[in-house]
Amino acid sequence: MTAGLYAARSRIDTLLLEKLTPGGQVMTTAMVENYPGFEEPISGPDLMARMEKQARHFDLKIEIQQVERISRERDLKKVVTDEQQYLARAVIVATGAEPKSLGIPGEKELRGRGVSYCATCDGPFFQEKEVAVIGGGDSAVEEAIYLTRFAKRVRIIHRRDRLRAAKLVQERALSNEKVEILWDTVPIRIDGEQLVQSMDVKNVKTGQETKLDVSGVFFYVGLKPNSNFFDLHIETDEEGFLRTDDNMRTSVDGIYAVGDVRSKMLRQIVTAAGEGAAAAFAVEKYLENLTS
Amino acid sequence: MAEISQVTDSTFEQEVLKSDLPTLVDFGAAWCGPCLMVAPIIEELAKDYQGRLKVFQLDVDSNPATAAKYGIFSIPSVLLFKEGKVATQIVGAMPKKHYVEKLDSIL
Repeated sequence: MTAGLYAARSRIDTLLLEKLTPGGQVMTTAMVENYPGFEEPISGPDLMARMEKQARHFDLKIEIQQVERISRERDLKKVVTDEQQYLARAVIVATGAEPKSLGIPGEKELRGRGVSYCATCDGPFFQEKEVAVIGGGDSAVEEAIYLTRFAKRVRIIHRRDRLRAAKLVQERALSNEKVEILWDTVPIRIDGEQLVQSMDVKNVKTGQETKLDVSGVFFYVGLKPNSNFFDLHIETDEEGFLRTDDNMRTSVDGIYAVGDVRSKMLRQIVTAAGEGAAAAFAVEKYLENLTS
Repeated sequence: MAEISQVTDSTFEQEVLKSDLPTLVDFGAAWCGPCLMVAPIIEELAKDYQGRLKVFQLDVDSNPATAAKYGIFSIPSVLLFKEGKVATQIVGAMPKKHYVEKLDSIL
């Protein structure tokens, strides 16, 4: 979105392709409290609606189409969507990432029946229930705290002996009496007839297995990049995130990558926005060089 | 944007279960970001399948009975009803093609 905003403001002929409505993972975030300029926390959907409106002020064109393939076509890039195809001199890939599944028994079978990847969407269904959150990063811990608004108890199941989440977020979790953390623990299966009824977990240090009575299991075990649409060789890291230089250039001339799909350490709205601006600027210079 | 008709606990039987046409019901709520993301796609489906399919939204907040009856624990959940029965259920916000393929295989 920021790349689109900057490109449109630079009067580059720009089209933003979005598979749903603009927003991505931010749309599943209840409260954003670390995006500069908003002293009060703002909801993810609110923030995205503002960004979209702002980008449209600069006449950014947005189409709801899913990109299926990107390939080379002479010295241009061909972008094929589920509806049509486009030729572009430069492409900024900002396709983000999506929550990983662990692939344990019951996870897929009970999705939507207690297994969830979005606490803000599904939290209210678990009033006064027992729920578990899998993971130990920012998302896992923040969403666990959010779930305490509804659930009777929230157990964080974490495979290590310490959390990776930001210190402030950790402090909030540790001081919340509804939050209980099971250290060194991994989930091994989820059971339930129609709905989730229990989850078996295993302590990785002692090997001891325990059955937890839970109605909801929320997975925050990391992200997988949305980067499987290239009909050309592009450099990625081991997990498929796109490698770029400091100016967001990928290994393919004319293709840039920003946001969660990019190989990097920190995945935040503010970093994505910053990278979007950098990429749009790099594209502007790239296009100037092509024509001069 | 075209508004999608709302269906409620009290109109559900008449509008959906007793409908002559297959019916698509988008279970969602105002608090749910991905529900907002999927709404424009549901609107497009309503247009594309006009005459072959009825399309409704159901707010799970104000219509908890229907949501509970169909075991909705994750939104958005889009359910296709045919002759009073659930023909398919799609959980999560998916690209349009995903819904089209499901619909075309069943309608």
